[in-house]
Amino acid sequence: MEVAWGFRGGTTPRERSLIRTLLVAAALCLLAQDARAAETTDIKIGYLRQGGARTAISLLDIPTANDGVAGAKLAIDDNNTTGRFLNQRFTLQEIELKEEDDPAAAVGTLAEHGVSLVLADLPAVALIRAADAGRARGLLLFNVGAIDDRLREQDCRANVIHTAPTRSMLADGLAQYLVWKQWRKWLLVVGSHEADKLFAEALRRAAKRFGATIVQEKVFEDTGGARRTDSGLTQIQSQIPLFMQSAPEHDVVVAADESQVFATYLPYRTWLPRPVAGSAGLMPTSWDSSHDQWGANQLQNRFVALFHRRMTARDMQAWMAARMIGEAAAHQHAADATQTLDFLKSPAFALAAFKGQRLTLREWNLQLRQPILLSDGRVTVSASPQPGFLHQFSELDTLGVDRPETKCRLDASKG
Amino acid sequence: MWRGVLLGTVIALGLAQPAAAVMAYVSNEKSNTVSVIDTDKWQVVKTIKVGQRPRGIAFTKDEKYVLVAVGDDDTIQMIDTKTQEVADTLPSGPDPELFVEDPGGKLLYVANENDNTVTVIDIEKRTQLGAVQVGVEPEGMEISPDGKILINTSETTNMAHFIDLASRKIVANVLVDSRPRFAAFKPDGSELWVSSEIGGTVSVIDPVRHAVKKKVTFAIPGLRAEAIQPVGISIAGDGKKGFIALGPANRVAVVDGATHDVIKYLLVGQRVWHMAFTPDEKYLLTTNGVSNDVSIIDVTALKVIKTIQVGELPWGVTIARH
Repeated sequence: MEVAWGFRGGTTPRERSLIRTLLVAAALCLLAQDARAAETTDIKIGYLRQGGARTAISLLDIPTANDGVAGAKLAIDDNNTTGRFLNQRFTLQEIELKEEDDPAAAVGTLAEHGVSLVLADLPAVALIRAADAGRARGLLLFNVGAIDDRLREQDCRANVIHTAPTRSMLADGLAQYLVWKQWRKWLLVVGSHEADKLFAEALRRAAKRFGATIVQEKVFEDTGGARRTDSGLTQIQSQIPLFMQSAPEHDVVVAADESQVFATYLPYRTWLPRPVAGSAGLMPTSWDSSHDQWGANQLQNRFVALFHRRMTARDMQAWMAARMIGEAAAHQHAADATQTLDFLKSPAFALAAFKGQRLTLREWNLQLRQPILLSDGRVTVSASPQPGFLHQFSELDTLGVDRPETKCRLDASKG
Repeated sequence: MWRGVLLGTVIALGLAQPAAAVMAYVSNEKSNTVSVIDTDKWQVVKTIKVGQRPRGIAFTKDEKYVLVAVGDDDTIQMIDTKTQEVADTLPSGPDPELFVEDPGGKLLYVANENDNTVTVIDIEKRTQLGAVQVGVEPEGMEISPDGKILINTSETTNMAHFIDLASRKIVANVLVDSRPRFAAFKPDGSELWVSSEIGGTVSVIDPVRHAVKKKVTFAIPGLRAEAIQPVGISIAGDGKKGFIALGPANRVAVVDGATHDVIKYLLVGQRVWHMAFTPDEKYLLTTNGVSNDVSIIDVTALKVIKTIQVGELPWGVTIARH
């Protein structure tokens, strides 16, 4: 378990070690300052994440080591700019878990250091374990990574807020656009991993809700092997069209491949000349590094200036979570889990996140309502909800599992 | 012969009063142009090519120039109102959006969104004099009627910063709702109104106590709350009425200056952004970004009387007699 402290961690162990040393020194200075400016409120935010290589077909899609946490750091900077005027100081305490580490122990470590607000970028099982361990310690978690619907449904917790969208929100955002385009006949291609199957399930549900038809489903088996070989292209060029051959007439190929085994190979290689959507081609996401509307350019510029790379969806999900904590601190002087949660659940809360409208919490499962961007990897093609998809309460609730269908019972949950 | 005399008279009159008309200058964010509207004829009489992404636009106090912030060129261009062409530029700092001139007409204060600063410019010398550190994403700019206090709103910090102009120091910060876009004083200086685009409210601030004394809220039947996004504010000279542009709600709210209640919603074009009165305050012009037009509101009748097509994504508007 690696613990890094501070405003802005490095990416290599040496950098982290150096930064730790500097930060200890800085902390001592801050302590000295504290004696003079006793009214400064410290808001300590934890960041829990699980390391391990994530791979992808395209080099452009391989995440950097600070994917996610960089967004949190930018939000800490933004919060501190505001905090300067309010005598509030935000710090980030980062713990990186190895796969075999127990998230409950990490939660304990954070609690011992006086942290009650934790951003978690963990797989579903680890997140539940962290949440349940955090509950006993009065911790509030922000799920910034896991898109599993079950974390907001049967496995929801009263001490977990979700800034990551769900698979069903992503699928609905995409489906609304495809239906608006009148591309109603889908050829669905599904990977063989668990996450791929869950995304396919969300896409099937979306097709049914919004009036699209899945004309055929194909499974692309992951037979193992490297995603990148020196002569790979020659084979792929003939394999993919053959795989896509003899499908019924369709408007669009929809791919469910969260594991990134095949979807990136589909565009330009389909049997029929058809657009690709889902895990490649037109992709639903909470954020895209090319998104520049609604003032987003300003955030993108700040991010690039700080990290010398583009901002990803995971960065944005962490940015939003840390900004929500900042909003609670600014408006309610909230510095702990209870005060923060109370503010975020109140009608006074509205997050500005460069998506053209305010983001609020679904009080029944603590999911952040948000538009879903549709990106082709170069520009934002559209943002859902699409015009005409109406809702009695909020059009954002046309995306994902809505209140009448929810399986979440927060009062009865273990949270 | 009479025809010749008449023609001569017309030409003479034309030359004697070449710029007596009241002109509105509209920045078109996407076209990279400024449309000039003659408010007697309600017609676009000229389209001026400017730099990239023109947004904030205002006449100088002496009305010799129209200043337009061209954000993607990192500068403010000066349009000569006689020739109606770009004559010079001001060193605004990166990505200028909104700015305000001091009452003396010597200094210009510019919000630079990218580096959390307000830049101070000497207009005459075309030089930068200094900068003030403010919150994240500075946007709205306003100066108190007595010329002593500069207001800047910061969109991600969600504050109105009160900057003392003599010392150029922040003297107060007032928290408002999410994404404050625009700030306007009542002409008597008794109230500062700040619009919050994402929060969906206008905060009425007591500038002496530095406290929000009232929040104006909006509700339009059949329209979801998220679509109501207040941006531009124009308050009438007598302070009796304020007009609030509600963005994608496609409406301008008319707010009673005393009670702060909404009196009426006026349907204008799509995504209404900013507004400006004619000098006699008989008319209020609104820029409607998505429908590429300008709506003319009759201020007495509280009715939209005309729509004028301009360039693409009209953003700001400034009006003067010249």
